[in-house]
Amino acid sequence: MVVLVAAALLAPQLSPTSPNKIVLANKLLPPSAAHPLGTDDLGRDLLSRVIYGTRVSLASGLVVVIIAMIIGVSVGLVAGYFGGLIDAALMRASDIFLSFPRLVLAMAIAAALGPGLMNGMIAVALSWWPWYARLVRGQILTLKQADFVLAASCIGAGHARIIGWHLFPNTVGLVAVQASLDLGYAILFTASLSFIGLGAQPPLAEWGSMIAAGRNYLLTHWWYPTFPGLAIFLAVLGSNLFGDALRDILDPRLRHLG
Amino acid sequence: MLFYMMRRLLVIPFILLGVSVVLFVLTHMMPGDPAKVMAGEHAPQQTVELIRKEFGLDKPLPEQYRIYISNLLHGNLGIATVTRRRVSEDLGLYFPATIELTLVAIILTVLMGVPLGVLSATKKDTALDHLVRFTALSGVSLPIFWLGLILQLVLYGKLGLLPIGGRLDVEFLPPPHVTGFFTVDSLLALNMKAFGQTLTHLALPAFTLAFSSLAVVSRMTRSSMLEILAQDYIRTAQAKGLAQRTILYRHALKNAVIPTLTVIGLQAGALLSGAFLVEAIFNWPGLGLYTMRAITRVDYPAIMGTSLLITLVFIVINLVVDLLYGLIDPRIRF
Repeated sequence: MVVLVAAALLAPQLSPTSPNKIVLANKLLPPSAAHPLGTDDLGRDLLSRVIYGTRVSLASGLVVVIIAMIIGVSVGLVAGYFGGLIDAALMRASDIFLSFPRLVLAMAIAAALGPGLMNGMIAVALSWWPWYARLVRGQILTLKQADFVLAASCIGAGHARIIGWHLFPNTVGLVAVQASLDLGYAILFTASLSFIGLGAQPPLAEWGSMIAAGRNYLLTHWWYPTFPGLAIFLAVLGSNLFGDALRDILDPRLRHLG
Repeated sequence: MLFYMMRRLLVIPFILLGVSVVLFVLTHMMPGDPAKVMAGEHAPQQTVELIRKEFGLDKPLPEQYRIYISNLLHGNLGIATVTRRRVSEDLGLYFPATIELTLVAIILTVLMGVPLGVLSATKKDTALDHLVRFTALSGVSLPIFWLGLILQLVLYGKLGLLPIGGRLDVEFLPPPHVTGFFTVDSLLALNMKAFGQTLTHLALPAFTLAFSSLAVVSRMTRSSMLEILAQDYIRTAQAKGLAQRTILYRHALKNAVIPTLTVIGLQAGALLSGAFLVEAIFNWPGLGLYTMRAITRVDYPAIMGTSLLITLVFIVINLVVDLLYGLIDPRIRF
C-alpha cells in the first residue's frame, strides 16, 4: 500500500492532463467526463491544476526538509561534538526558535520575508531545523563516548575526520526516518502558509492557495476547495505510511548501532 | 527536582528576551510602511512623515527596540494601529475567545482520544481496532483548514445542523463580560439560551481543532496500553481472578496515562497553532484572526504583542507539562 501511494504521487508529475489554460467560458463546472474534478472560477481544469500542484507541493516539501536537515544536522553535529561554550550557545539559539509554536513562527518569518513560494519554503525550513539539531546532538552525545570514536582520536584523526567519517554516518539512519515522516508535514505546513496567503501566490497551482481561493465557493460549488484538500490529505497520508515503513525497515539496524 | 525547576524558571527571561529580539527583527522586516498605513492611502507625504516622527518610526532600529522593551517592562504594549486601542486591551478582548476554543478542544481530545485508544488496545486486531487506527492516521494527515471546510460543507451546508461560524448567532448579544468565556459567562448570567448557542457554535471549530491531537492521543494511549497489558503484573491480576474491568481501570489505565499526558502537553503547542487556522475558517474572533489582520495592516505593536503573548503561553505550557511529568512519574524525580 505504501508503494502504491508513493507511486501515485510521483507518477502524475510526469503526465499532466493539460496545461494551466484559462477558458473563462467553462467557469465553475461540476465534475464531468471532460473535467473529472470540475473547473475553478477562471475555468481552469481542476484535475490538471491538482496534478501540477503535486509537483509544487512535493518539491516544496522536499526543499524544506532538505534545508532544515542541512542546517539542523550541521548545528547538531558541531554542538554535540565540541560541547562546552559552542554547544551552550547553539542550544540557546535553537531553544529560542523552539519556544515558538511552529506554525506561528513559520507565519511570522513568511510575513517578514514577503509573499512567494520560495519565501514560504524558507520560513518553514527555518522553523524546522531546531528539531533536527536536537535529534542529532542527542545522538552525538551518546556516540561520543563510544570506543570507536576514542580509538579514532587516539590514532590522531582530526576533528573533521571524526565528525565526517565516524559520527555523521551513524546519525543518518535516525535523520532519514525523521525526514521521511516530516516530508508530509512539510507539505502540510507550506500548504497552510499558502492558504493564509503567505506562500504560493496565484496563478501558481498550489493546493493550499487553491483551497483558499475556493473557500468562497464552498457551499455552492463544493468541488473547488474539496479536491485540492483531498490531494494534500493523500500526500501526507502517503508520506506517513512511507515513513512508518521506513522506520520499521531501519529499526533492527538501528538497534545494532546502539 | 526543585533545582531543575529553578534553573528552568531562571532561563525564561533570557529566552523571552531572545524571542523578543527575533520577533522585533521579523516584524520590522515585514513589507509595508506602517506610517503610510496609519496615514491612509491618499495622505500627503508630509502627514506620513509627521506620523513617522510621532510614533518614533524614524529612529534607528536598536533605539526603537530599546524604547519598546522599556515600555514593555512598564506594562505598556503600545497602541495598535488598526484598532487605535491599547494592545493590552485588544489582547484582553480577543485572547479569551482563543483560550475557550483551545480548552474545549483539549477536553474533546482527552474525552474522545483516551477511550478510543483504550478500546483499540483491548480489541486489538479487530475491525474496530483497524477503524480507530485508520481514523487516527487520517487525523494527523488531514489539513486542519480543509477538515473545517468539509465539516462546514456537510454539517452546515447540506444538513443544516450546526452554524457556520462566529461565537453566537448574528442577532444575539453576548452575555455580560465576567471571564470572557461565553460558556462561563452565560451560565453565570443564567442565560440558558446564550449557553446553548455558545455550545453549538463551539462544536465545529473545537472538533476541527481537536481532531488531529485526538488522533495522536488515541495512538499514544493504544500503544502504551498494549505495552502495559503485556506486562506480568497484569497477568498476575488476571490469575488472581480480578474482573477484567478492574484490571483495566485500576492497574493498566493509570500507568498508560503517563506518556499520554506528555503527548497531550506537547499537543498544546500544535493546538495553539491550529487555532489560528481554525479561527480563520470559522470566523472565530480570537487571537489568530486578530494577528492575521495585524500582519496585513503592518501593525507593529499588535503583531509584537500577540506573538509575545502566544510564545509566553507556549513556554508556560511546556514548563507545566515538564513539571507534571516529573510529579506523576516517581521514577523521573531528580
